[in-house]
Amino acid sequence: MNFLLITIVTLIFLIVTAFLGYLGYRHTKDTTDFLLAGRKTHPVVMAISYGSTFISTSAIIGFGGAAAVFGMGVLWLTVLNIGVGIFIAFVVFGKRTRRMGHNLDAHTFPELIGKRFDSSLLQTASGLMIFIAMPLYAGSVIIGGAQFIAQTLSVSYEAALFFFVAVVAVYVIMGGLKGVLYTDAFQGSIMFVGMILLIIMTYWKLGGIVDAHRALSNIAPEAVKIWGPLGHQGWTSMPLTGSVFWWQLVSTIVLGVGIGVLAQPQLAVRFMTVKSDRELNRGVLVGGVFILMMTGVAFVVGSLSNVYFLNNPSFAKVSILAAEKKVDNIIPLFINTAMPPWFTAVFMITLLAAAMSTLSSQFHTMGSAFGRDFLEQGMKVKTKSTIRTIKLSMGAGIIISTLLAFYLPRFFEQGSAIIAIGTAIFFGLCAATFLPLYFGGLFFKRITKAGALSGFFTGMTAAAFWILFVHAKESAPLGLCKLIFGVPSLAGAASKLQFVDPIVVALPLSIVVTIVVSLMTTPPTEEHLAKCFK
Amino acid sequence: MLGFEGAGIFLAYVLSIAAALVCVVYGIKNWNIPGDDVVNREIEEEIKWEENDPEDEGR
Repeated sequence: MNFLLITIVTLIFLIVTAFLGYLGYRHTKDTTDFLLAGRKTHPVVMAISYGSTFISTSAIIGFGGAAAVFGMGVLWLTVLNIGVGIFIAFVVFGKRTRRMGHNLDAHTFPELIGKRFDSSLLQTASGLMIFIAMPLYAGSVIIGGAQFIAQTLSVSYEAALFFFVAVVAVYVIMGGLKGVLYTDAFQGSIMFVGMILLIIMTYWKLGGIVDAHRALSNIAPEAVKIWGPLGHQGWTSMPLTGSVFWWQLVSTIVLGVGIGVLAQPQLAVRFMTVKSDRELNRGVLVGGVFILMMTGVAFVVGSLSNVYFLNNPSFAKVSILAAEKKVDNIIPLFINTAMPPWFTAVFMITLLAAAMSTLSSQFHTMGSAFGRDFLEQGMKVKTKSTIRTIKLSMGAGIIISTLLAFYLPRFFEQGSAIIAIGTAIFFGLCAATFLPLYFGGLFFKRITKAGALSGFFTGMTAAAFWILFVHAKESAPLGLCKLIFGVPSLAGAASKLQFVDPIVVALPLSIVVTIVVSLMTTPPTEEHLAKCFK
Repeated sequence: MLGFEGAGIFLAYVLSIAAALVCVVYGIKNWNIPGDDVVNREIEEEIKWEENDPEDEGR
């Protein structure tokens, strides 16, 4: 790899990022600017920022690697990513969120739901939950980014970690959400170009679209040889219905991530950054194409990498074996061996951009959740300046995330496994705790404060229980179940229940509790509802 | 079917592109909706509200 080229490209990337962060700082004058970018964000900037925050390095590397194992069935996640994560999110949730956020003068996601249900407890508890759970997710993104920088630039993991965090921390703390949005738009554009080049070059290398797919279909027996007993039927067929692979694909990958995205606080807050519904309509166009080029490309390339590795005499085996059974190494190995050296530099910047754009929003959300929602509004801590309190809280969140990223890989045998676990835990928790009350709060006047609070705590408890004690993917490496009950999962080794994602259990439970308790309690006052639904 | 073995994969591949196309068509059709009058009114409301924002404070 050409180090001079990579160094020059990285330097240019960092200089532009720093400049955009500085612009964010210059344009930030008050709390609304700092938390909501003044509510006047350009639709293209908002949509690309939404997409690039949504798509982290793990979506490209981790899920691209997963596609090399599961095959193109993972593309159902792309269908949901676009259909639910963009279209429904913008058109259905986004418009109401923007209007209600404005009506209630909400600056953060917890503040929106807190004010909607007239409950400071809900705002405080949500802020605290985000501040506690998000560092694990942010830590996972840091680990992914730092590992990649360390490998590509041949520097130590620790040096890569501190450099990576420091760059993002400076522009988020200084520039607030404007800094985040400006840099996201730049980073998202790089990701877009990088992924377009990747799909064109992959199809070109494998003889064209249909020929590449056909070649992948023809090597199905290789997949059946390895994973046949688990339900694999080849990379261009869905796994056998009801098999272990089917459950993992459908519940964890497709449903867990596909639906979980609707209740992500760092994404929902973006709808409150635009001035009218027109910006959201325009954003749908940009967002839909952007996500197709991100997850769609990663999943197709991940699957097709099997054809390349099997037909390449230096490997002559499927992707997972070529990458020495490390899922996260498949995409980088494919880039390094199948693509020209100049593309390695482009792709490295693409991944750096993906990691930074996700991390910046996580830092911003952690700071606002703890500073504004928990300390100021919840604990009624009087401060001279809201922005300063949020900046200090961001600093605390950044330190916790960095420490997690520093120590977690030492505790877990498979260092990178924690990336997927951290992401899954946060998505599962957010979906089960926030989705019913967020959706109910936006569209149903009959949902009460008691219903929302009950649903919140039920969803949180059920998701946490399932993650810690049943869903083996998390409960086994976390080890709490083994410590208390002596088994990696309470579901038992033979039960398929251990493969069922928390969202499949905790979300319906939370929905039922929210509805039942709401029906049993007094509806909110007409006056309050009129204010919310103005 | 585009070189795919299973119908489920063909559907996922086509639907993911179709979903993006729906987003493009929706975006183009609604590019100027709501119209300038509604947007300008909302902006005016916003400016009035900003002027009286109790939380306004310096960096």
